[in-house]
Amino acid sequence: MSNILAIAHKELRSYFSSPIAYIVLGFFALLFGWFYIGVLDYFVRMGMQMGPMGMGQQSMNVNQQMIRPLLLNMTVVFLFLLPLITMRTYAEEKRSGTIELLLTSPLTDIQIVAGKFLGAMSLYAAMLAVSMIHFALLYAFGRPEWKPLVTSYIGLLLFGGCFISVGLFISSLTRNQIVAGAATFGVFLLLWVIDWIGQGIGPRAETVLKYMSMTEHLDDFLKGIIDTKHLVYYLSFITFGLFLTVKSVDSERWRG
Amino acid sequence: MIEVEHLTKRYGPVTAVQDVTFQVHKGEILGFLGPNGAGKTTTMRVLTGYMPATEGRVAVAGHDVFEHPVEAKRRTGYLPETPPLYPDMTVREYLQFVAKIKGVPAGERKARVEKVMARTWVADMAGRACGKLSKGYKQRVGLAQALIHNPDVLILDEPTAGLDPKQIIETRRLIKELAGDHTIILSTHILPEVSQTCDRVVIINKGRVVAVDTPDNLTRRLRGSETMFVQVDSADAAASGEALARVPGVVRVTQAEGADAAFEVESEAGRDVRRDLARAVVSGGHSLLELRPMRVSLEDIFLSLTTEEQKEEAAS
Repeated sequence: MSNILAIAHKELRSYFSSPIAYIVLGFFALLFGWFYIGVLDYFVRMGMQMGPMGMGQQSMNVNQQMIRPLLLNMTVVFLFLLPLITMRTYAEEKRSGTIELLLTSPLTDIQIVAGKFLGAMSLYAAMLAVSMIHFALLYAFGRPEWKPLVTSYIGLLLFGGCFISVGLFISSLTRNQIVAGAATFGVFLLLWVIDWIGQGIGPRAETVLKYMSMTEHLDDFLKGIIDTKHLVYYLSFITFGLFLTVKSVDSERWRG
Repeated sequence: MIEVEHLTKRYGPVTAVQDVTFQVHKGEILGFLGPNGAGKTTTMRVLTGYMPATEGRVAVAGHDVFEHPVEAKRRTGYLPETPPLYPDMTVREYLQFVAKIKGVPAGERKARVEKVMARTWVADMAGRACGKLSKGYKQRVGLAQALIHNPDVLILDEPTAGLDPKQIIETRRLIKELAGDHTIILSTHILPEVSQTCDRVVIINKGRVVAVDTPDNLTRRLRGSETMFVQVDSADAAASGEALARVPGVVRVTQAEGADAAFEVESEAGRDVRRDLARAVVSGGHSLLELRPMRVSLEDIFLSLTTEEQKEEAAS
């Protein structure tokens, strides 16, 4: 465990000693603020329209009509920013030769991969923490429910974990960061739109593709529901991604 | 301490190392000598557990590198060809990180880092980012990294590459000091380095071991006869040469390159002909300018061993 933490700490430190962490966090904060104002503005105007129409304030729900669409929109931002976090993790170590240090140290491949995953997850968690500031503001003026907010963040952590595990795997395949970044973005996007073609193929294909879609599973979390179906999906996705990474690192030795 | 048995490593169709067998005893410095591309780095990478062998067995400090990699790695320090530094960490941070992943107990880490930095002369750069160091310092931080967990076995891939002459001498002295407590394998293609630092030499060429012996034995093995360099202050070089050839015990006299009246005089092995040569020159009425034994260098050994092999290959 201490080995995993040592690697995770090193990863996190390298994000913050290069511009990456600041760029990712900075742009995330900017974009989140932008989306927040947009959604808030829409929500307020809807409220004002509904008032005179006789529908009471009760029918407007901050959680369902503001926070949920906001977070769903933000997943697009993660789609763009997460490849920037993962693309360097292995590619950089291979290019600079430091992978030789890690692979000749008394560490197992699993510890190295877990440490890198934890490091990237920490930066992602820092991004999510930035977004919490905006919701704290909501509490100053309204009474959003906190429980759906908690499940939303659990969902987002799992959602990001899937992307990060895939990103780690792709980064472990190459020594070129740009290649890793571009391929990771392509795969993320594919996982994003995978259910868009389902309807044309047939009902069974539609069910399968819908099940594979990343965002499909997120919606229940954002509604405030923790369904084991989605937990199983996300956790098995993360495990599979990390498993592929471990195998890829191991095969690096054989391929020379 | 290190046992390598029938080690073979293939990259697809390319055989990088073939059937390499050697042992290194505790406290010994073994030199790994060969031209670039001979398989030195590959062999070292297998020894450190960086990559597995295609065939064969490697044990470090009694632990099989393939069966118990973590145990073997705990006892091995490795300096790769390019020092594995993280450019944005300071030297101290970097060494602390390495100490952590190499399993140095938390309480001892700080003291170990300071001790190793002092030992490798990098203490004055402790706060500098690794990426901003000169080549010489990078190399020494790499050496510090290999020493940090006080391993039984040190594997150094060209430890003096990129250093200036003063640093080379210091590094060699350090390596010699480390032997005894540590068992060391170092690779190099610089021949004098081997004769100066190593107890034993493995000469490797095209992935095969050509010779394993002490530097002295290798020199002796090749030297069937003694050779003297003689320079005479004489206008008639041919006559002087003949005079030298008449000295009893001399086998052959050849004119040396460069100077007019300079000769390489081969004599029977074990017979000291220096006095007779000097007398022959002086009694001929000339002055003796230079008389010194010519040593067979490791260069000659290396060239002859590697070309012998080529001849054998051509014959078979």
